[in-house]
Amino acid sequence: MTENALKHTLGDKMMIELSGVNKWYGEFHVLKDINLSVRQGERIVLCGPSGSGKSTTIRCINRLEEHQQGRIVVDGVELTSDLKHIEAIRREVGMVFQHFNLFPHLTVLQNCTLAPMWVRNMPKKEADEVAMHYLNRVRIPEQANKYPGQLSGGQQQRVAIARALCMKPKIMLFDEPTSALDPEMVKEVLDTMIQLAESGMTMLCVTHEMGFARTVADRVIFMDKGEIIEQAPPEAFFSNPQNERTKTFLGQILNH
Amino acid sequence: MSTHVFKPDLPPPTLSVGVVGWLRANLFSNWFNTLLTALALYLIWVTVPPLIQWAFLDATWSGSTRSDCAPGGACWVFIQNRFAQFMYGFYPQGLRWRVDLTVILAVAGAAPLFVKAMPRKLVYGLAYLLVYPWLAFWLLHGGPGLEVVPTSQWGGLMLTLVIAVVGIAGAMPLGVLLALGRRSDMPAIRVICVTFIEFWRGVPLITVLFMSSVMLPLFLPEQITIDKLLRALIAVILFEAAYIAEVVRGGLQAIPKGQYEAAGALGLGYWRMMGLVILPQALKLVIPGIVNTFIALFKDTSLVIIIGLFDLFNSIHQATVDPAWLGFAIEGYVFAALVYWIFCFGMSRYSMRLERRLHTGHKR
Ligand SMILES: Nc1ncnc2c1ncn2[C@@H]1O[C@H](COP(=O)(O)OP(=O)(O)OP(=O)(O)O)[C@@H](O)[C@H]1O
Ligand SMILES: [Mg+2]
Repeated sequence: MTENALKHTLGDKMMIELSGVNKWYGEFHVLKDINLSVRQGERIVLCGPSGSGKSTTIRCINRLEEHQQGRIVVDGVELTSDLKHIEAIRREVGMVFQHFNLFPHLTVLQNCTLAPMWVRNMPKKEADEVAMHYLNRVRIPEQANKYPGQLSGGQQQRVAIARALCMKPKIMLFDEPTSALDPEMVKEVLDTMIQLAESGMTMLCVTHEMGFARTVADRVIFMDKGEIIEQAPPEAFFSNPQNERTKTFLGQILNH
Repeated sequence: MSTHVFKPDLPPPTLSVGVVGWLRANLFSNWFNTLLTALALYLIWVTVPPLIQWAFLDATWSGSTRSDCAPGGACWVFIQNRFAQFMYGFYPQGLRWRVDLTVILAVAGAAPLFVKAMPRKLVYGLAYLLVYPWLAFWLLHGGPGLEVVPTSQWGGLMLTLVIAVVGIAGAMPLGVLLALGRRSDMPAIRVICVTFIEFWRGVPLITVLFMSSVMLPLFLPEQITIDKLLRALIAVILFEAAYIAEVVRGGLQAIPKGQYEAAGALGLGYWRMMGLVILPQALKLVIPGIVNTFIALFKDTSLVIIIGLFDLFNSIHQATVDPAWLGFAIEGYVFAALVYWIFCFGMSRYSMRLERRLHTGHKR
């Protein structure tokens, strides 16, 4: 598949806007003047070599990391150190991590209902229904009463996706959701993500699954050394990269 | 194309199974092990039979004065004779039912929490925690409708339990808060917690108790008198909270950063993150350490002897120096050891059960 198989029209609304974002870890300048706008329903894949700042970028969007310069506006709310804003944004932004980060002391169902009940004040019965709905969607309703430690990696990651969806987020962030998985489990997680894309979710994915990028992404962004080097729709990005650095990178990961 | 034939599952080899196999593997595996086994058997042989002889075979179980006791064996008549005092101290005899009722209510009230299928456990547990302490205080101390028994008359096992239970119930939440404070992002809170913890860990409990009863009154104006037991309780709580705080901090440190991030990303604020995600895991990890602290606390309650409170140990100690029963100190201390041991062993077994029940499959 060389063409975006899920062509769709984008909303006009800006969901995420980063303008002139800079970040340092001590002396180390990890993000350099990042400018990025994401429209409602847009699907973006972020790629780049290790240490290029991909994780840091998406973690700034829900304030798991703090940026020091520039503006980040998510769903019309600017991220400042105001806790109210941070919590408001986190309610609308779901995140899926490389290592799942499920809560091991809670069952799958409880993992999914925790935030809706305690953050959205949803009654337990309704939260259970919502959770079962999304567990059905990621196709593991039968695991609802197991603990995360009893599931395979792929199942755990799908639970993590369901858990994020239970908050009915407007935006989903994925940080290398498949790179901790055994090869035979990657597909089940990618399928879940593709299905989510079909539902019109605004998505920002850090991933090196180029097949996924080709099928799903509206735009692929390449980062290196803390900067956005190149961004383009997948067809153009893969067939005709403009930048030398992008070519080398694609050469490396596509020839494997 | 050939298909692979999988090998059938086999039972484990039986060599190491059975009594003989076990003995060989564990007691006689080499000459050194055999020697140790022989030595251990010898030690058991020289200590256990005489002990049984003294404590059971030659012992006197019934009677009313010391003259009923046969020489050479244990005189359990002494314990029997003073049993009520060991349990209740100087609590007025006619009112001792109030102590019994307090214990019965504690057990009966807590029992539903151990029923697995009980609905609304959390609500019930909180209600119990809110109501029971007041009820217990009213029953033990008296107040509206009940004759007041001043704390100076409390004693025996009852006093030991009061100090231990109040100490545990007070030190646990305070310790958790201190542990959280010590890891706080706010420097002022961190400094306060570190100072508090290091201060209380630096002084021996016996000093704290002594100061609470001897020095504190010197500093306070004369009109203000704080009950001696209350002072001891506060001292025990503050002291033990510092230890609990460090145990809990160990657990907090073992929780991976990803758990904080996942909880934060879901929109949980600080207190919900801690209460619903971090602490349940951290506390589960440190159950052995917490129970260890509680067991130490339970035994340390006997230090209140220094400020003249008649807890279980002091009651027994006083009885052994009573002229009517001189010479039966060993029986008294053996009994004390037995009672302490029963409670401490009970706590230890309960913690093991709790750990097993909270186990939720292997870690990543
Ligand atoms: N907490 C931190 N303190 C100091 N340096 C950090 C911290 N977190 C990340 N870095 C550094 O910042 C840089 C960018 O990290 P980031 O995790 O964003 O990279 P990445 O593009 O996601 O890489 P990967 O593909 O390996 O996940 C790296 O050089 C990393 O070493
Ligand atoms: Mg990363």
